Amino acid sequence: MDLLTATDVVKDFQAHRALDKVSVSVPEGSIFGLLGPNGAGKTTLIRIINQITAPDTGTVTLKGRPLSREDIYRIGYLPEERGLYKKMKVGEHAIYLARLKGISSNDARKKLKYWFEKFEIGDWWNKKIEELSKGMQQKIQFITTVIHEPELLIFDEPFSGFDPINVNLLKKEILKLRDDGATIIFSTHNMSSVEELCDHITLINDSRTILEGEVNQIRNKFSSDIISVGFEGDPSALEKGLDRKFEILTIKENGIGKEARIKLASDAKQNELITALAGLTDIKSYNEVLPSMNDIFIQVVESASPKNKKAS
Amino acid sequence: MSKISLIVQREYLTRVRKKSFIIMSVLGPILFAALMVLPAVLANLEDKEVKTVAVIDESMILTSYSGGKAETTIPETEYLKFVALQDVELESLKENFSSTGYYAVLFIPSNIINSERALLYSDKQPSLDVSNHIRNALEGEIENLKLVANDIENLDEILREIETSIRVSSIKWTKDGESMESNTGVVMGIGYGAGLMIYMFIFIYGAMVMRGVIEEKTSRIVEVIVSSVKPFQLMMGKIIGVGLVALTQFLVWIVLTGILVAGSSVVFGDTLQQQDPTEQVAGSELFAEQDAVPLQANQPGEGDQILSDIFTTFESVHFGKLAAAFVFYFLFGFLMYASLFAMVGSAVDNETEVQQFMLPITIPLILGIVLMPNVMNNPEGPLAFWFSIIPLTSPVIMMVRMPFEVPAWEMALSAGLLVLTIFGAVWLAGKIYRTGILMYGKKVTYKELWKWLRYNN
Repeated sequence: MDLLTATDVVKDFQAHRALDKVSVSVPEGSIFGLLGPNGAGKTTLIRIINQITAPDTGTVTLKGRPLSREDIYRIGYLPEERGLYKKMKVGEHAIYLARLKGISSNDARKKLKYWFEKFEIGDWWNKKIEELSKGMQQKIQFITTVIHEPELLIFDEPFSGFDPINVNLLKKEILKLRDDGATIIFSTHNMSSVEELCDHITLINDSRTILEGEVNQIRNKFSSDIISVGFEGDPSALEKGLDRKFEILTIKENGIGKEARIKLASDAKQNELITALAGLTDIKSYNEVLPSMNDIFIQVVESASPKNKKAS
Repeated sequence: MSKISLIVQREYLTRVRKKSFIIMSVLGPILFAALMVLPAVLANLEDKEVKTVAVIDESMILTSYSGGKAETTIPETEYLKFVALQDVELESLKENFSSTGYYAVLFIPSNIINSERALLYSDKQPSLDVSNHIRNALEGEIENLKLVANDIENLDEILREIETSIRVSSIKWTKDGESMESNTGVVMGIGYGAGLMIYMFIFIYGAMVMRGVIEEKTSRIVEVIVSSVKPFQLMMGKIIGVGLVALTQFLVWIVLTGILVAGSSVVFGDTLQQQDPTEQVAGSELFAEQDAVPLQANQPGEGDQILSDIFTTFESVHFGKLAAAFVFYFLFGFLMYASLFAMVGSAVDNETEVQQFMLPITIPLILGIVLMPNVMNNPEGPLAFWFSIIPLTSPVIMMVRMPFEVPAWEMALSAGLLVLTIFGAVWLAGKIYRTGILMYGKKVTYKELWKWLRYNN
């Protein structure tokens, strides 16, 4: 069931259309990736969902009904442009943000204590924000986003400014939040984290949706029928012996062994390749190469962009 | 607790706890008290040194002889003495003047009645007090001589009879028929002080609101906050919070200044009384009876008279009404300007960009200050009327007019227009603000602001 749906959202800024009939459906209990190049309209859509700006046309519903102001305040939103009051003390600041989310001062203190211990930052409580590094501040921001245990979380570029260790810490927490039942909308350029985290994605380019669906289905759909074969033996035997239906793209040799990348012609069957290979060489490994989300992203955006430019 | 009061609380507490606030709260009253007390103290400190002026009187008009010794008839004061010199050449005095210890040498030529000119020699510029004193003495003596020369009968009697000293006491008629003494100078002072205070606080604390908005924008906290509260609530919370800071500062200043002035007048009052016990009597008499003995200038009693004038004037201008008007124009004037300042803050990325938008806001404020003297000279004139009605200048100008009794309908019109304008200003600021706070890295123009106004968000 979809927790949140946006239907045919249009938003114009002066001479520029930021969103052109964009629709998204976010299944309950999933991590939903909102992807797209810079300026595609991701942040505008997120702001519309948060009712920070209003759409020109289109609707946003939560569990099938329009969002109320109270729903909005329940959302845990970590914006891309985020910061903290530099002169405030860490603990005081965190309590302030928690209370703005409607948590009582005492509850906020208890919950913050739990999170501060979890992130091993308990001794920061009385430090001033300006004494913390950017990455440290991001941890505080993450905590204050999830402090009120929202059922819908929106993270806009959550990993910017984090070192790899903290990125992993954050990924773990995000997955845990989903496992605990939260629905997460996750906007990023970082495609490797999409593969790790996201169940569903929508790819926006130039104000329009150009790709959407489950991550696994999309990767299969974009499979370019390339097989990676690890083998031992004479590479030239492969080059000479294989049928024209099997095009050898590369043959590499590394410490472990040799690897050939073979593209299957549209009428070729994988079984035929295996049979042919078995006669020519000693197969060590065999697997289909699924395109990375990064490849898909670049491929889809690049093929979409020139068309759009001609149209407009 | 509602969200807006949470914001107010944060804005208030973070500012009140700042070192700069505490320093300003303490330093302000000290400066005020110093401004009030220092001139009085300095006036008492100066001229404690006894000055002796040598007199060479060739005309003999101001010289009398007692026991063959020449004495000058110029009246002396506590700090100014005169010595008559006989058979001394001016030239020889000039040569060793510094060794004589005289403050100056007064040379009265023999033909002074015709030339009407005496000469005062010194190696420094003689003070105005000294030369005035000498001039008065010479004038009086020569006028007397001329009168005597006319040979009028009973001259002394006539002179005594016609001697008059007039003091103008202004009495104001009030509705209940009571009349109280008022002093125009003090009334002006109250109006000027109140107007200046409002101007100062609007400027300082309006700019503080603006800096707060810019800080939220540059630190990027703003989008985090507006996901929890409406931008309008954030803006109003900040304005109210800073307004309360301004009010707190003001009250602290009033209380501390009062304590300091009272304290210092006790301290310095004591030292004055020790120096001259007769002054004390003169001072207390003054409080009891207004037309007491005419006082010479630069005597401390003058200060007491001004004080008593201030007290009676405060009563006569209805202090309660004045205070109520002050609080009203202070708060609502601040509310109006602060929302405009917040609007400017939301439209720019940093403080260096505010100039272009500040001008339309600061011009009416500064205009108010520039017009204050004119309004005080003619508090019922068309200039005073219009600028105390127009909302952008009314908080300053109306306060200047207030002590001069403003008709009730003018007050109502001015206050009503101000409140209406506040609604307009807050609405306008709210519209610009909610678009502006989320705009980064854009050079904003007036045309752009106009577009933001029409955004549907």
